[in-house]
Amino acid sequence: MTVDKEADGVQTPYERVQRTPEFQELRRRFRAFAFPATVAFLAWYLLYVVLSGWARGFMGTQVIGFINVALIFGLLQFASTFLIAWLYSRHAERTLDPMAADLAAQVEGAPK
Amino acid sequence: MSHETLAIVLFLVFVGATLAITVWAGRQTKSASDFYAGGRSFSGVQNGLAIGGDYMSAASFLGIAGMIALYGYDGFLYSIGFLVAWLVALLLVAELMRNSGKYTMADVLAFRMSPRPVRTAAGVSTITVSIFYLLAQMVGAGALVALLFGFTSEFAKGATIVLVGALMIIYVTVGGMKGTTWVQIIKAVLLMGGATLVTLLVLAKFGFNLSTLLRDAAEQSGKGEAFLEPGLRYATDEQGLTGKLDLISLGLALVLGTAGLPHILIRFYTVPTARDARKSVLWGIGLIGAFYLLTLVLGFGAAALVGSKAIAEANPAGNTAAPQLAQEIGERIFGEVGGTVLLAVIAAVAFATILAVVAGLTLASSSSFAHDLYAHVFRRGQATEAEEVRVARIAALVIGAVSIVLGIFAQRLNVAFLVALAFAVAASGNLPAILYSLFWKRFNTAGAVAAIYGGLGSAVLLVFFSPVVSGSEKALFTGADWAVFPLENPGIVSIPIGFLCGWLGTVLSKEFNAAKYAEIEVRSLTGAGAERAASH
Repeated sequence: MTVDKEADGVQTPYERVQRTPEFQELRRRFRAFAFPATVAFLAWYLLYVVLSGWARGFMGTQVIGFINVALIFGLLQFASTFLIAWLYSRHAERTLDPMAADLAAQVEGAPK
Repeated sequence: MSHETLAIVLFLVFVGATLAITVWAGRQTKSASDFYAGGRSFSGVQNGLAIGGDYMSAASFLGIAGMIALYGYDGFLYSIGFLVAWLVALLLVAELMRNSGKYTMADVLAFRMSPRPVRTAAGVSTITVSIFYLLAQMVGAGALVALLFGFTSEFAKGATIVLVGALMIIYVTVGGMKGTTWVQIIKAVLLMGGATLVTLLVLAKFGFNLSTLLRDAAEQSGKGEAFLEPGLRYATDEQGLTGKLDLISLGLALVLGTAGLPHILIRFYTVPTARDARKSVLWGIGLIGAFYLLTLVLGFGAAALVGSKAIAEANPAGNTAAPQLAQEIGERIFGEVGGTVLLAVIAAVAFATILAVVAGLTLASSSSFAHDLYAHVFRRGQATEAEEVRVARIAALVIGAVSIVLGIFAQRLNVAFLVALAFAVAASGNLPAILYSLFWKRFNTAGAVAAIYGGLGSAVLLVFFSPVVSGSEKALFTGADWAVFPLENPGIVSIPIGFLCGWLGTVLSKEFNAAKYAEIEVRSLTGAGAERAASH
């Protein structure tokens, strides 16, 4: 069965598009943003949770009046979430969407 | 007019308006795509509001505000986990799922697998997660009515649960996804409006000085500055290492659970394109983030103005902190009438919140029952669209009835525990299978089935053997002790088990379909062949 698939005639339009350099580039650019960003925000979040468990003294340090490190750290988690969401949407709009639209047209226009 | 009467009037206005919309939406619901996905014709902004509506449950609104009011900073930990979790949905799941699925989570999982075993597993998991979550909201509704209206009899609580259940069944069976989505949108606007109003009044009371608010909260709590630091509720000093591990476990379940919640996942199908799915998650993140910032002020405000003691007296879990704060701040600023009005408004908003969330959950579980279990497993894909939708409506009725009965009998259960369990189960049973399906070439049927049952089973078993169910004062069964697992939340063990089972199942099976893998990869990333919006 695998042998048959190798022959060009029986490949699906999806398999043909999957092999194009354009698709490989789209995949690379999607993953190049999404994967490191996921690792980064998960690590940043876990750092916060771990500090909340193990570094009470540091988290309780007051910075401005009664506003302490724990509160600022928590608010920074909000800020980083908003920032990553905004960066991703910009990346997707500028880079990924146009590439995806071209490739989708290729698949849908291809003879079945 | 008493606050009870006014709250009932406001609530009836909400119910009347949403029922009218439901009937209107029901008239436009003709095809399966209308019933399951609202015709895929909602805009990104509308669906973003609906995401907020589905996600900001009574547990978030009443639960987190209450937890902050009683335990201070630790309640805020929940908010952060619940928010950061949306990045998983945004970056890895929302768009790819919109492009490759149709109506349910199982559509994506079964894409390149043998459909019957995978859909069975995904259906079981969807219904399990939804019922836990549903139960939490129903129990919350019973508790809320008792506290707000002074109805303490079991009959009044039972009657409230029946009423909430009956309304949610009507929303779902008549209005389908279209009606349910509008209910979410209205609820989200009301909830944000109500929470913003009370927050502004609280901040005004403290001259918009956060530090003063925190100082008073710490003083009134009786715990001093420790109230503003982590450690009063989770990982307390007496708990030692177990407490710290439990905190990490909870953190993991919160951050990884959201992108596995079935009622959230089906939201991505209600928009025309992946781009709109992305836009709706962005709106959702903005809305949910803003909401959790408001609950921070509400929680500390309640501690400062109402006092932790008065809150704990009204409800040991702090669930009435937000309504109590509304009454207090209203009275302090506008006199007695102001207090009555604000309490009534917040009480009505809380009911609307519960009602909307249970409708979303019922829709998710009945869709999965009809589309996955009935149409694909039982009828092997031979069911007509009309038949499928009829079964979905019947399923909504049955699931609604079951949750009414369970809700009445489960009044003793702790609400937060059920929600945290739902998140842990979703993170362990659903998320590994979803991520592997979308990103791992080699993933196959054995892997998907192993990931779902492994994650789901281990999460449920570990909770059963945890101190939440037996062997502690706060446990479900206080008389017995079979708590061999020390942590309250199973996430730190069950989530890795879900991923591990998925990997093991995959490598032990030789199955691999290159053509289907090419299809899901190309479709999910480019949107080629994605389901289109309905034309009407």
